[in-house]
Amino acid sequence: MPTCPEERHRLEDGLRLTVIKRRDVLIGAAAAATFHVSFAALVASASAQDKPATGDLDAALKAIMGDAKPADGRIGMELPEIAENGNTVPYTLTVESPMTEADFVKAIHILATGNLQTGIASFNFTPASGKAFVSGRMRLARSQEIVTVAELSNGKFLLGRRSVKVTIGGCGG
Amino acid sequence: MSTTNRPRIKLPDSAKTGEIIEIKTVIAHVMETGLRKDANGRVVPRDIINTFTAAFAGQPVFKATLHPATSANPFIHFTMRVPGPGEFEFVWTDDAGVKTTEKAKLNVI
Repeated sequence: MPTCPEERHRLEDGLRLTVIKRRDVLIGAAAAATFHVSFAALVASASAQDKPATGDLDAALKAIMGDAKPADGRIGMELPEIAENGNTVPYTLTVESPMTEADFVKAIHILATGNLQTGIASFNFTPASGKAFVSGRMRLARSQEIVTVAELSNGKFLLGRRSVKVTIGGCGG
Repeated sequence: MSTTNRPRIKLPDSAKTGEIIEIKTVIAHVMETGLRKDANGRVVPRDIINTFTAAFAGQPVFKATLHPATSANPFIHFTMRVPGPGEFEFVWTDDAGVKTTEKAKLNVI
C-alpha cells in the first residue's frame, strides 16, 4: 500500500472504478435478460409506479376547478430540478396579477402527482396581499410532476406544471 | 403529541404605506403525516398544522391550508401591501385543535 495519501486515493479510485464497471455490466446483463423474458410485466410495473397509490390528480383538479378549463402559463414555479432530500423541497410560486379589488388571485393550490396524497397546500390571497407570491417547503415521496392551479377573481383558472427529480424520498418512504 | 412552541417571524425593520413587504414565518411542529408506522408497526396518528392565517389591523391578508406533504417545522413566506400602521396577527391551528397566536407590530414610517 503506498503511504502517500494522494496516491492511495488514486489507487482506490481506480479499484472502485473497475468494481462499478463490472457491476454495471452484470446489472445490464440481468436487465437485458428480464427485458427479454417479461417485457409486458416490466411495462405493467412501470405504469403502476407512475400512478399515485391513492389520491387522484383529476379528482383533485375537478374539486378545485369544477368543469372549468384552465389556461396555461402566468404561473411562476421555482422548484429545484433535482431535490436531494424529499423531506424538504423548497418551492416558490408566483402569479402575475395587479392584485386590485377588480382583478386578483384568490388562491394557489399546489398538487403532487406522485405522493400518497395529492394535495400539498392551498394558499388564499386578498388584494391586501399585494402580490400573488408564496414560498414554503414540501415533502415529495419520489420524482414526480408538480401541478399548480391558480384561481383568479374573475372565475378563471391557470395551470402550471414542473417536474422534480427526488434523490431520497420523503413522506416516510 | 404536539410540539408547538413559540413561532419565529421576520418582518422588515420598517415599511412605508403602499409598499409591498415580505413576511417570513416558521413554527416548530412535527407535521406527522399519519402514514408512518412506529417500531411496533402501529400507525403514528396524523398531527399537522392544517391552517395558518395572517391578518393585519384586523383585515385578513393571507391564509394557508396545509396537507401532510408540508415539511416539518412549516416555513411560510408571503407578501403584503402595507395599508398603514398596524399589527399583525398570525394564527397556526393543528389537528389537535391547538391554536398558536403570535402578534407582531409593523414599524410604518
